Amino acid sequence: MKNEFKIITNLLPSQSRVLDVGCGDGTLIEALIKEKNIDARGIELEKVKVKECIAKGLSVIEGDAETELSQFPNKAFDFVILSQTLQAFYQPENVLSQLLRIGDRVIISIPNFGYWQIRASLLFFGKMPTTKSLPHTWYDTPNLHMCSIKDFYEFCEKKEIKIDKVVGINGEKISPINRINLEMKNLFSEVGIFLVS
Amino acid sequence: MNYKIKNIKNIIVNNPLKLDCGQTINNFPIAYETYGKLNKKKNNAILIFHALTGDQFVAGENPITNKQGWWTTAVGPGKAIDTDKYFIICANVLGGCMGSFGPKDINVENNQPYGLKFPVITIKDMVRAQEFILKHLKIDKLLSVLGGSMGGMQLLQFCALYPDKTFSAIPIASTASHNAQQIALNELARQAIMSDPVWNKGNYYQDKKIPKNGLAVARMAAHITYMSDKGLQEKFGRKLQEKKDYEFTFDADFQIESYLRYQGKVFVERFDANSYLYISRAMDYFDLPGQFKNGLNEAFQNHNTNFLIISFSSDWLYPTKNSKEIVIALNASGANVAFAEIKTDKGHDSFLVEEPEFLKTIKGFLDSNFEIFKNEK
Repeated sequence: MKNEFKIITNLLPSQSRVLDVGCGDGTLIEALIKEKNIDARGIELEKVKVKECIAKGLSVIEGDAETELSQFPNKAFDFVILSQTLQAFYQPENVLSQLLRIGDRVIISIPNFGYWQIRASLLFFGKMPTTKSLPHTWYDTPNLHMCSIKDFYEFCEKKEIKIDKVVGINGEKISPINRINLEMKNLFSEVGIFLVS
Repeated sequence: MNYKIKNIKNIIVNNPLKLDCGQTINNFPIAYETYGKLNKKKNNAILIFHALTGDQFVAGENPITNKQGWWTTAVGPGKAIDTDKYFIICANVLGGCMGSFGPKDINVENNQPYGLKFPVITIKDMVRAQEFILKHLKIDKLLSVLGGSMGGMQLLQFCALYPDKTFSAIPIASTASHNAQQIALNELARQAIMSDPVWNKGNYYQDKKIPKNGLAVARMAAHITYMSDKGLQEKFGRKLQEKKDYEFTFDADFQIESYLRYQGKVFVERFDANSYLYISRAMDYFDLPGQFKNGLNEAFQNHNTNFLIISFSSDWLYPTKNSKEIVIALNASGANVAFAEIKTDKGHDSFLVEEPEFLKTIKGFLDSNFEIFKNEK
């Protein structure tokens, strides 16, 4: 299991109610059920992946999180997870407010556009960057609203979203992020994980 | 219909059943069939609810019609619903014509077939009548319930009535509430039957007659709604029926005409016209949200059942929208729900034909639920 999922698993208390938005093939949901007896379910857009989840017996519904989160009642979940997909929505701000409505707390991970390799690619080569966590080229990327860890941090502050915890991932290295080391971590983290409420 | 119904497995329900219409019935037969073996722990039982014109003969050969069971694509040894592994039960619905209590049965009070004297039944009545089968077989909790179309309606009603009687549930191409278009199409079919002079206000059994023209038209109209525009076009297009040019008559020039006529013709041989009226009426009365003060959400409150909702992209009779309403209600009430829309051109009938994606999905879901259920029990 990838580092990001391990960190998320550790953040979640056992037996909590969790919704994984954009759950893919259900890897994280399976781990949460198995390792922490969490009541985890998911929503996923891609038909093939939904069927993989269902074949594993997971409670996953086919649907578009952009428009279909409204079906869940307020605070239906203890935690809502959005793993590296916020940037792919047409209206990420709306989606985020839905996540905060249906979940008590929200875990959001973002591929960090402030990562040094990305900055270097644009600065030295004058080309749109492609990296391990952002493998697409400019013409086929599903990502519409890229942001950096710093962008999202400041966005939360501006919108008065409470930041409970931020973690940066750089390869195998995992480090906590706060206001003080934000500039540094924004440069050296490939992925940022935010716990907000 | 011409078939003699004998040697059909049934139970006689010796328990007064108060119907939604207010009448009470007692000492009535419910016919059923089973496939596979019930294991010792009784945790491998699956109840299948049939659709409007289905019957209890899901798999193998139907002993009455000598045709293949209606869901042989899905049910059988090694199939998605594997009879080597699971014990399958299916009952003929109340009001049906394959051995369960229906309008063609003899009313002991006047020694005449009931005809329109048969009480108007609902989906809930059907479900409550079938529950006696589970009591008879001494099954406390099913592994799963499955049903397509009207079968899905019975399934939802079953889950709402008996929240603890099944571990999982798979409603397919169905709805929680019959809408105006669905009622309209049923009314069209009923009017076709009732406008046949042979129907004679439901009294046609004595003379061994069948209102076959009306019933055939009803079937033809319904059959169109089971297929998609694209599916029809690909299969028939404008192809002519064994001829090179138009005949400039009203005989079946086009293959699609001939096909529909054939569907109508074979249907009247196996189905009772009055049963069609009664069962289609039950569908129209089905409105699960209407049974609860707080609508559909309340129907599934505090449910532990694992639901898998399936719809088909080209189904315009019970479209994905109807299935999504069920998904939304289940989500709102916190039930366990999975949902998949299968992409296909085969329309509403997709659940009855060989549709690999669909069959794979239900197999995976059933097998993984069985693994959990058998360890739980």
